[in-house]
Amino acid sequence: MLILECPCCGVTGEETEFHAGGEAHLKRHSVGSTDDQFEEYLFMRENPRGVHLERWRHNNGCGKWFHAARCTMTLEVFGTYPAQTYEPPQEIKDAISAKRPGWSWRNFS
Amino acid sequence: MSNAVSALQGAAFSDGIAEVRELGLRGMITLRGDLSDKKLIKAVKAVAGAMPEQRKIALKGDAGAAWMSLDELLLMVPHSDALGTVETLNSALNGTHFLAANVSDARAVFEVSGPYARDVMAKLAPVDFAPDAFEMGMFRRSRMAQVPAAFWMSDEDAFRVVCFRSVGEYMFDLLSVAAQTGSEVDVF
Repeated sequence: MLILECPCCGVTGEETEFHAGGEAHLKRHSVGSTDDQFEEYLFMRENPRGVHLERWRHNNGCGKWFHAARCTMTLEVFGTYPAQTYEPPQEIKDAISAKRPGWSWRNFS
Repeated sequence: MSNAVSALQGAAFSDGIAEVRELGLRGMITLRGDLSDKKLIKAVKAVAGAMPEQRKIALKGDAGAAWMSLDELLLMVPHSDALGTVETLNSALNGTHFLAANVSDARAVFEVSGPYARDVMAKLAPVDFAPDAFEMGMFRRSRMAQVPAAFWMSDEDAFRVVCFRSVGEYMFDLLSVAAQTGSEVDVF
């Protein structure tokens, strides 16, 4: 079971209080994009064994969206950070690097 | 105006390890806006008596204000004052970006009281109810079994629970079953 801390309201709760919202940091290709970009946005998802970045929503709480960095193998949560970012903040990257040296996820590492 | 009735019209369960009671009609107003705005803080203080801190509830007599999220408060007033309070807020906050809505009749409020109230609550919500972890003045939104709920302590051994009116009966049954005779857990 995941224990997540909502960066919006500060509550630390277990996963049934939250709802998973899929992969983080997708670029929403739309009007004017190529077919390949649109396909990438609609269908292409990471399925890593290890470090993963996801969107979550505190649906049985403050109702806000946020990002979480976690490990799909150990269910360890490296940290949570606000939804209003295009990439994980440095402290989250550092926290992951401390536990999983040499990690990479899409174009972040 | 039509005759207002609460979700379960004061239903009570008192044959178990804690007493469960529906509290009847309560005035509740959802206020959304910038919670750091001075005008909003002033308006909240005028209506509910105090401005709550993050994840806290500020109570003053029958009135109160609870922190729901970064941009939302739940104001509690007597049921008959709810509409008037919305008007007051509308005129006090005129010109700022905000929403004040009377949600009194969309909610059900329960009280769980007695020495085993903590046990009853802890059976139903994924929240730490240890006496040093959940204290007076705290306000927590979470879920109870399968429905969203918010709760706080109204006394040393009494909790108040707010949920949607549509699941009021479910909540009452849930609390009553959790308060059955002989179901003490004795962890606290």
